[in-house]
Amino acid sequence: MDIRSQISMVFHLDKCIGCHTCSVACKNIWTDRKGAEYQWWNNVETKPGTGYPGKWEDQDIYKGGWEKKSNGAGNGESGDIKLKGAGKRKGLGNIFHNPNLPVIDDYYEPFTYKYLDLIESPAGDDQPTARPVSLITGKHIDIKMGPNWDDDLGGSPDYARNDPNLKNLTPAEREAMFQLEKMAFFYLPRICNHCLNPGCVASCPSGALYKRGEDGIVLVNQEVCRGWRMCVTACPYKKTYYNWHTGKSEKCILCFPRIEAGLAPACMHSCVGRIRYLGVVLYDADKIQDVASAPEDELVNRHMDIMLDPNDPEVIEAAKQNGVADSTIRSAQASPIYKFVKEWGMALPLHSEFRTLPMLFYVPPLLPVMASLSRANNAEQAEKLGAKTKFWSDDWLYDTSTEELFGTIDQARFPLQYMANLFSAGDTDMVRERLMKLMAVRIHRRHVTVGDVSKEKADGALHEAGLTAEMADAIYYLTALAKFDDRFVIPAAHREQAIEMMEFTGDKKGNTGFGFKEGTAQRGL
Amino acid sequence: MTSLDYFLFTAFPYVAISVFVIGSIYRYTRKGYKVSSLSAQFLEGKQGFWGTVPFHFGMLVVFLGHLLAFLFPAGVLAWNSNPMRLIAHEGIGFTFAVALLVGLIILMIRRLTHPRLKAVNTRMDLFVELVLLAQVILGCWIALGYRWGSSWFAADLSPYLWSILKLNPQPEAVVAMPLVIKAHIVGAFSIFLIFPFTRLIHILVAPFHYIWRPYQVVIWNWNKKDIRDSTTPWSKARPRNN
Repeated sequence: MDIRSQISMVFHLDKCIGCHTCSVACKNIWTDRKGAEYQWWNNVETKPGTGYPGKWEDQDIYKGGWEKKSNGAGNGESGDIKLKGAGKRKGLGNIFHNPNLPVIDDYYEPFTYKYLDLIESPAGDDQPTARPVSLITGKHIDIKMGPNWDDDLGGSPDYARNDPNLKNLTPAEREAMFQLEKMAFFYLPRICNHCLNPGCVASCPSGALYKRGEDGIVLVNQEVCRGWRMCVTACPYKKTYYNWHTGKSEKCILCFPRIEAGLAPACMHSCVGRIRYLGVVLYDADKIQDVASAPEDELVNRHMDIMLDPNDPEVIEAAKQNGVADSTIRSAQASPIYKFVKEWGMALPLHSEFRTLPMLFYVPPLLPVMASLSRANNAEQAEKLGAKTKFWSDDWLYDTSTEELFGTIDQARFPLQYMANLFSAGDTDMVRERLMKLMAVRIHRRHVTVGDVSKEKADGALHEAGLTAEMADAIYYLTALAKFDDRFVIPAAHREQAIEMMEFTGDKKGNTGFGFKEGTAQRGL
Repeated sequence: MTSLDYFLFTAFPYVAISVFVIGSIYRYTRKGYKVSSLSAQFLEGKQGFWGTVPFHFGMLVVFLGHLLAFLFPAGVLAWNSNPMRLIAHEGIGFTFAVALLVGLIILMIRRLTHPRLKAVNTRMDLFVELVLLAQVILGCWIALGYRWGSSWFAADLSPYLWSILKLNPQPEAVVAMPLVIKAHIVGAFSIFLIFPFTRLIHILVAPFHYIWRPYQVVIWNWNKKDIRDSTTPWSKARPRNN
């Protein structure tokens, strides 16, 4: 057992309102630079949709992630997985020209507008306009793509219908998603997953990418990076980016300078919907290879099983043996991630089938699933609603009744198979289980606060979803009421110890602040 | 022997090699951030493929051909003693030289015409490409006009290059050669001279160590086991200033 700690995250999709505040916070801090204009280390996608870069989930195009060669053994002991589009043979063979590298047009050509023309144009018959100019060439361009170009275009032919996750949906299911009056979508915020088996690290010929041992954050050493660009191909989530100006790769650094200071990453801190949770989990690093090469149907469960119970005395003892700090173990015990993923079983990883073991988990969204439509009996509805509210002439109505528990999950207008393609490698049962829990918590809270649901009915719903009333209240608290310190349990970074390992702090006295990094400036001879 | 010949074939090689060695070490240690080639595939991938692939593979084979004739002249001469093997040897070399030339021309056209590439062009890039172009054209000319290059390189040029390496330069054979060949030799040393100041430096950081490295890289900022062990001091080094 080789127990390590890992900073891990949960995004609660039911709470995401798609406001892109996270993206803007990240952009302003990290990627507002030449060559990085097109990079969105944090982006929010509308699903169904093609995302950013276009169709990133389609690995037949982008060749990201790992693929399992033989499916025979089944025990996954052999570790027989290979990088799909990179690795030692393919990476070095394609080093002069990487055929699987996305180009800037797959993202979008960054642009700005000539705002000054609005002010400085000479007087004339026409209103002056601010024409778009490319941030690469400086020339006028016709904008074809931009950040969040597919935002809210849930039913659109160009975006929603080209979503790679529609692959094993029946034509009827697809059409049901795209009819205007039935159309549904939700938001998927994405950052680097800081994977346990990162494809980017494995693909880097220079060895510039690495995983930090102490907290598992995946970083690019800019001094070592030589711009071979294999990481861009190998990351199946397309979360490593090539900076065309510096010739180096860049990626989400999980705001490690903030984390080391005990602050939440900027995207998480600024999240308006408070959908983001961050904490540390303990895991067994010896199991990474086995889990990453597990058969597809066991992959999701074995991925989540790699997390260890931080309250188990054996785990604590082994963690201490392995040098995990007490403060880190305490943080792991209070971690909202362990609760969401393991204790309550409510979160799932995104696209486990890429086999990188992502450490960002998503609570699947209940709302687009639950809000099924039924053809209302017009007369009856008119009688019921007409007196108090404006009656909608369309005879389709949202069915939000709680009379038939969980009934709507399976008859949803939003096919479970679609969610399963995103979060559980196609297994609808796993998604249904999570949605039932979300629904059960609502029914329970409705019983507690409104009271129109009977206790028997609420307890029945909880029982069916595998929860207790205490768990439901805890879930409710962490979902709806949680304060900053409940959502972000960040262990001390112990940087002071790191510094003392490398150098004697006395040597640095007088060298900080008004010190010299490269010696005093030479003046004359 | 004129003084110009004497300078170009005895002094100049030493200047070029010194600048190459010292400059490369300086750049790697002091300006390591920019030790790479600025790839433009991300901005323009399709046309680049037809330039960069023949260019690089052509360059690889042509360079290794010169290197082999320099290191193992006797072996190359023995191989060339059979006419069929000589023609095969020269044919393969020339094919890759043409690939190199075609690739280079495509890359230059791309660099000069593609609007996005203008954003990442430098004058030095264009200068390097012109030097390489001149050198490759001279090389092809020599291969066609002064046969058989692989044999007389091994017989005459290899001893000259070794004499430079042994700090006892013997330029007589080279000085007697035709002007085209002299220009090619001066061009070669010129490339060494400008090497540390250009993107050619990326050749020195070719990632061979990737072959032996385990796929995953984990870096620990400190040894946690040492820190938790109360019997070991965290700091192994003693302070230098007290």
